[in-house]
Amino acid sequence: MRKYILSAIVAISFGFYISSNRNYVAHPVPIIAKSPAITPNIPDSGSLAAGSPPANNPTPVAAASSTTTQPAASKPATTPTKVVQQPAPKPAGQFRNGTYAGISADAYYGYVQVQAIISNGKLTDIQMLDYPSDRGTSVRINSYALPQLISEAIQAQSARVAAVSGATDTSQAFIQSLSSALAQAKS
Amino acid sequence: MKQTELIMGMPITVEILDEHANESAFKKIFNYSTEVDRIFSPYKEGSEVSKINSGELSVQEYSPQMREVFRLAEQTKQQTSGYFDVRRPDGKIDPSGIVKGWAILNAAQLLKQDGYENFFVDAGGDIQSARPEHLEPWHLGIRNPFNTAEIVKVLRIRNEGVATSGTYKRGMHIYNPHDPMQILDDVVSITVIGPNVYEADRFATAAFAMGRQGINFIESLPGFEAYQIDRMGVAIQTSGFNKYIQNDA
Repeated sequence: MRKYILSAIVAISFGFYISSNRNYVAHPVPIIAKSPAITPNIPDSGSLAAGSPPANNPTPVAAASSTTTQPAASKPATTPTKVVQQPAPKPAGQFRNGTYAGISADAYYGYVQVQAIISNGKLTDIQMLDYPSDRGTSVRINSYALPQLISEAIQAQSARVAAVSGATDTSQAFIQSLSSALAQAKS
Repeated sequence: MKQTELIMGMPITVEILDEHANESAFKKIFNYSTEVDRIFSPYKEGSEVSKINSGELSVQEYSPQMREVFRLAEQTKQQTSGYFDVRRPDGKIDPSGIVKGWAILNAAQLLKQDGYENFFVDAGGDIQSARPEHLEPWHLGIRNPFNTAEIVKVLRIRNEGVATSGTYKRGMHIYNPHDPMQILDDVVSITVIGPNVYEADRFATAAFAMGRQGINFIESLPGFEAYQIDRMGVAIQTSGFNKYIQNDA
């Protein structure tokens, strides 16, 4: 009798394992794996190491690897770094939980509309409902280790410049749309 | 002399330092930009792009400029293994990702033809400059994607082109199918420096579509350098990028 109970426990546990794994795979994931056949190539770390010896010894602030790291924390900051993760962070608890869609703002090459997700009274996520796409939407995920290129936390520069290169087209519209979403979420 | 006009929905700035600079040079550039907008704007109903998308125009009726842009777009698509594509998922055409750089380069050529050697053309953050060798290069900035009032890098640019591709799209979680628990950092922007702004623009567009591998793609291209910023504010640069950096004195 004990044998049957044990087998049943194993079978049921296995059943739970299978169904929970299926949940991970079923999570919304717009991945379209593209097999590379490009000239020029996306190099793997081996070929890059062979082809481009570093001119000096780069001291990477953060390892440029594909695993998530917390670079700002791991580097002893010599100068204040501006690692801003989201625009206009609000103090905790200022918003009502929920999902709020902002206005659709004109960014010339299309419209930008963001959705703000509030959890525990804080802005926890921003999703794009609409955005001008100047690129393909397929993203190739691969398991290459990133080569040892120099990385650093970005730092504001005080120098004056003649002109600035940036993805400006959507930024104003993004902020407009986000502000309107947050305005709805204010308690 | 420096002038800015809003065309194609973005500020277009032209600065000319040559002594013989005059009003007609600026007029030429802005007129040309208006013409480009008339043909290529996907959001103007009467534009050639709109007519193509609504089925009013057949391939035989394409203007020479449209043909050329299509040819260049196809070439870019091949060279980037499809990461650059002017055809949207819904089948419509949107050549914006290539027209901007192409148009700025053409505008710069117009100035060169008139003998100008010391100028830049900046359209919505994509820049083509010209600078004589004996002068200090132009100092151009890379915008902080998290605070558009700031710059995070100062570049020394003479005759190269600089283009930035980026977005503030967040929350589209990209999973590594080999490790679903690992959430990859999104790239927020990539700035590419190339032999001219057309080249920089098309490869910046393609590199951005590749996500974190974009910087490796540019690393593999001789004559191109790049600076890629992710959502955590961490930047990665190609191995030859240092030569373009102007350090704070």
